[in-house]
Amino acid sequence: MIRDPKDLKRYNASERVNHWIVGISFILLALSGLSFFHPAFFPLNQLFGGPVWARILHPFVGVVMAVAFFIIFFRFRKLNVMHASDWEWLKRSHEMVNGDDHNMPEQGKYNGGQKMLFWVLGLCMLGMTVSGILIWRAYFGFDITLVRLGAVAHAAVAAVMIGLIMVHVYAAIWVKGTVRAMWYGTVTRAWAKQHHRAWYRQVTGK
Amino acid sequence: MPLQSLDILRRSATTTPSTQARKPIEVAKLIDVTTCIGCKACQVACSEWNDLREDVGSCIGVYDNPIDLSAQAWTVMRFTETEENGKLEWLIRKDGCMHCADPGCLKSCPSPGAIIQYKNGIVDFNEENCIGCGYCVTGCPFNVPRISKEDSKAYKCSLCSDRVAVGQEPACVKTCPTGAIQFGSKEDMKEVAATRIADLKKRGYDNAGLYDPEGVGGTHVMYVLHHADKPQLYHNLPKNPTISPLVSLWKGATKPLATLALAGIALGSLFHYVAKGPNEVSKEIEDEIEKEDAQ
Ligand code: HEM
Ligand code: SF4
Ligand code: SF4
Repeated sequence: MIRDPKDLKRYNASERVNHWIVGISFILLALSGLSFFHPAFFPLNQLFGGPVWARILHPFVGVVMAVAFFIIFFRFRKLNVMHASDWEWLKRSHEMVNGDDHNMPEQGKYNGGQKMLFWVLGLCMLGMTVSGILIWRAYFGFDITLVRLGAVAHAAVAAVMIGLIMVHVYAAIWVKGTVRAMWYGTVTRAWAKQHHRAWYRQVTGK
Repeated sequence: MPLQSLDILRRSATTTPSTQARKPIEVAKLIDVTTCIGCKACQVACSEWNDLREDVGSCIGVYDNPIDLSAQAWTVMRFTETEENGKLEWLIRKDGCMHCADPGCLKSCPSPGAIIQYKNGIVDFNEENCIGCGYCVTGCPFNVPRISKEDSKAYKCSLCSDRVAVGQEPACVKTCPTGAIQFGSKEDMKEVAATRIADLKKRGYDNAGLYDPEGVGGTHVMYVLHHADKPQLYHNLPKNPTISPLVSLWKGATKPLATLALAGIALGSLFHYVAKGPNEVSKEIEDEIEKEDAQ
């Protein structure tokens, strides 16, 4: 569906589907994982058909997410290389958070914050995959010290990752006109000019 | 198998107190390794009372049979040949759950009530609540719990909690033909051990002693060892067992703190939105684009 033919294409359908697979599996993983994390969250397992099903399903959803994440990571890696203007953006990010983005340095398709998030999430996903396999008792039997390390790492990195994704989602909600990029792939020219001016100039030639 | 008992000291994954009305005495099983002849009557009694049948295995050149603990074998005699004081010694240890006062299994278990510690000291698995994650295996310093291949539930020695609850001794204790396994209050068992240890010392075992390791708060299964200075001789009985620091880190205060931090991010985002307002495309830029289109 084309809303305004002059809207800018930010993601194609395959990228959007890829992102939604990562997103949905992440939510399922966070909810089921948290149910083992602390007794306060235990009732969450009811969403998965009870605690035993949550325990059985979680690692398989993890594998789905790891694969989908790897593909998206590979697709977007070049777009996320950090440049000097990205570091400058990060240094000034408090101004943006404070609600004033007038003096922010010009950004390409992604800003410094998005790029940092990209790399840190990549590390987190690697950590979650390795540690998740270490503690997957139903199919693996690693040395006890490795399993204990895996348990600590899986829980710690999960907390970090859930926190980062909360920030990621909030940023998308806070910056109006962003979420549609994940629904139907386009953004308005005004949105692009305000938040990603270098990318705006690159795609419009202005 | 748990009992409808009020005497519960701790319950896995539970943050409020369990029923605390009664105050029973602490019990203990004392295994006198120096009196054991390795006949395995206790293994048979365990399998009879608990109705467990391990599959027939194969001989791997030692007397251990079956060769490891399993969901169907809650106790196994471990045979070790070693040379101490210039003599060959055949050390036989009845392996199984130690019923730790500070149980790493219970600390690790994420499922409420899958592991309970009675006030009398017995640590019991309630398979009905077990989700089969194997965290108890990760937490145990003695490598005791086993996850069944059949039903993915965790099993281990219950110290015959069902028998103890009605005033009987565990099945292994009842069967032991040499009296090497005794059962009673922990206090009494320490006294029995002290007498035996004094006797052993007189007979030349200078390092005889009681194995009731402090690192796990003491245990409700204790050993009298001829070489209490070298428990590793007895099929790697750990010298100073403790809950691994990694397990304490995993299950410690960090989790409630992380939970608070996540709640902080959620609330912080909400208040940020409320305080600063949404980051909308500025009117100025929208006008610029409109002007361009009009040209
Ligand atoms: C390939 C990826 C993954 C694998 C193989 C995996 C596997 C596991 C396994 C085996 C467990 C133990 C419970 C069970 O047996 O089901 C577990 C727990 C957990 N997982 Fe994952 N997981 C993965 C990804 C993730 C992700 C992306 C998250 C992010 C939210 C996550 C969050 C958790 C949490 C919070 C726990 C509980 C940890 C604890 O009890 O301390 N997992 N995972
Ligand atoms: S020996 Fe292992 S299974 Fe038994 S109470 Fe101690 S920690 Fe739990
Ligand atoms: S396997 Fe069962 S008893 Fe062991 S930690 Fe998991 S839920 Fe608890």
